[in-house]
Amino acid sequence: MFAYVIRRVFIGVILLIVMSLVTFVLFFASPVDPGRYACGKNCSPAQIEQTNKALGYDKPVIEQWTDFLKGVVVGREYPDDPALRAAAPQLVVECPAPCLGYSVVNSVTVNEELKERFPLSLSLALAALLMWVTGGVLFGVIAAVRKGTIVDRGIVALSLIFYAFPAFFIGLFLLKFVAIKWEIVPVPVYTPIAEGGLGLWLQGLFLPGLTLALLYMAGYVRMTRAFVLESMSEDYVRTARAKGLKSRKVLTKHSMRAALTPLVTMIGLDFAGLMGGAIITETVFNYNGLGKLAVDATVTYDLPTIIGLVLLLGTFVIVANIIVDVLYAVIDPRVRVG
Amino acid sequence: MSSFLSVRDLKVHFPTVDGIVKATDGLSFDLERGKTLGIVGESGSGKSVSSSAILGLHRRTSAQVSGEIMLDGVDLLKLSDEDMRRRRGKDVAMIFQDPLSAMHPYYTVGNQIGEAYRVHHDVSKKVARARAIEMLDRVGIPQPDRRVDDYPHQFSGGMRQRAMIAMGLINNPSLLIADEPTTALDVTVQAQILDLLQDLQRDFDAAVIIITHDLGVVAEMTDDVLVMYAGRAVEYGSCKEILTHPEMPYTWGLISSIPDVSGDTSAQLIPIPGNPPSLLNPPSGCAFHPRCTHRDKVPGDLCTTVLPELLPGTRTEGHLKRCHLTNPDVVYEREILPEIAPDLVEER
Repeated sequence: MFAYVIRRVFIGVILLIVMSLVTFVLFFASPVDPGRYACGKNCSPAQIEQTNKALGYDKPVIEQWTDFLKGVVVGREYPDDPALRAAAPQLVVECPAPCLGYSVVNSVTVNEELKERFPLSLSLALAALLMWVTGGVLFGVIAAVRKGTIVDRGIVALSLIFYAFPAFFIGLFLLKFVAIKWEIVPVPVYTPIAEGGLGLWLQGLFLPGLTLALLYMAGYVRMTRAFVLESMSEDYVRTARAKGLKSRKVLTKHSMRAALTPLVTMIGLDFAGLMGGAIITETVFNYNGLGKLAVDATVTYDLPTIIGLVLLLGTFVIVANIIVDVLYAVIDPRVRVG
Repeated sequence: MSSFLSVRDLKVHFPTVDGIVKATDGLSFDLERGKTLGIVGESGSGKSVSSSAILGLHRRTSAQVSGEIMLDGVDLLKLSDEDMRRRRGKDVAMIFQDPLSAMHPYYTVGNQIGEAYRVHHDVSKKVARARAIEMLDRVGIPQPDRRVDDYPHQFSGGMRQRAMIAMGLINNPSLLIADEPTTALDVTVQAQILDLLQDLQRDFDAAVIIITHDLGVVAEMTDDVLVMYAGRAVEYGSCKEILTHPEMPYTWGLISSIPDVSGDTSAQLIPIPGNPPSLLNPPSGCAFHPRCTHRDKVPGDLCTTVLPELLPGTRTEGHLKRCHLTNPDVVYEREILPEIAPDLVEER
């Protein structure tokens, strides 16, 4: 098991290196001149060239990429100019390892940028995950147990309706009506735990989390319903009933345990995807998370930020996958290696 | 005095959008403790559905079960769901066909066997585990104290079926239903499992119902035989009677389609022509008439219009058959026996 995890982590690191290279190549394959963007609208061609040189965009792509990798391992200084460092050390920005780069657009290292946005996105994804998994599994199981009744049809129909609504609609509705007009809950403002404690933190996450949860829940309701129904027709569930087990116990111990495996896979991947994918919700609630950072960085051709984000989110997907695979072995004894 | 298990006019109907599927349509039989009944028939003849009904496994929402199932003087069909649940696994237990899919892949064998014990006995997990080990030992699993913590996939097919039997017998049931207990197993293992079942039946003095389509199993294990076709009994009697003097063309077909490896191996198998009928829309008259090669011996169109009653045959009172033929014993002697056992005929 341990060796397996080590192997998976190793493969994950290689994958990340390849991902960074692909991002570099893709970025420079686009017709946009990053120096022109960094310099501003009224720059002359000479000034643009100078900017490109200062930012290192004039070097070959592969060299920029190896410089980047070196920065990740040993750290870098921006700008990487020994002469400037000797003359005016206050102008040089230290970027210790693992250095993901320096965003000229935001005048800050990428590490700091990500560190600032990361807690919000993580909190938001966790809050949403908690709500949609609880709701999705609960309603899915209820629908499966009451299959064919009005309760089942109601749950499935309702979840489809939420699924069909776009995020900005649900988000705006919750914000405009539930929070602002009807004042059922306070208008959400993100407060880190360190500043406002658990209560304010949760309060800030409730509405945006609910927005995301309602979107994701539909799939989980239908999936859970299908998995539970499928497992209820399995032979071992018949065996459990033939033993004389109470139907509640048959459901919880035998049916739902079997339905857990596919759900865990989905939860892991959806959670990782949500870390940087909650762009619309973050925009609606004006939360500065990773999703919003990604959009801003793309619009301003901020290469270092883009690469940093790609690697961070990629790491999340890879780690989530490893965790899911390890959980498989915990859930299903047939998967256990050795 | 009525028998230990007495099933009367058992009907299991499944309402569907296309109509009512009559999976079991008026089944009656009796069984005493210590005796074994074999229920024989093709797939879809209603064998498993009937036995699931005895265990009360059909959900009320999907199946309509009617008739009478008297077990030791109590009508199981009149019990509430909760009362039936209390008897399930305790008074009546069942062993299923495929032991791999019939055991939960995520729980250890010991956990699943112990669970069957704990449902009906208020004991700790430790006691249940000890009891599971005891039962595993009883069904002939080597090193039961170690194997008890194995998962089903770590057991071989034969051991899984032994474990299933241990699970079925852990509460000393008075009625054990074995639904094709050897179908999914190797031939060599089949004999071991059958021997084990016979031993345990003697020890526990249980009534056993064996559902099978293997007449070899019937010959070895059973006291009585019930042949089912399209949800109804078509022949019912003692094992010896049915196997030596069958009086219903469907039973003839079943016997003719057994390969005889000890005799002339070049002899052709004689399969029953056609397929089992649809239970949604069964044939008129005798359900077997579309596949019956003897219906020209019955005058008029009796076979296609009138459902024959289950009546005593030509030889003994206890041998019942559902057929319009007036002289099945003669037809069997003259037409069937020479084909399936020519040497036997010559001897006579």
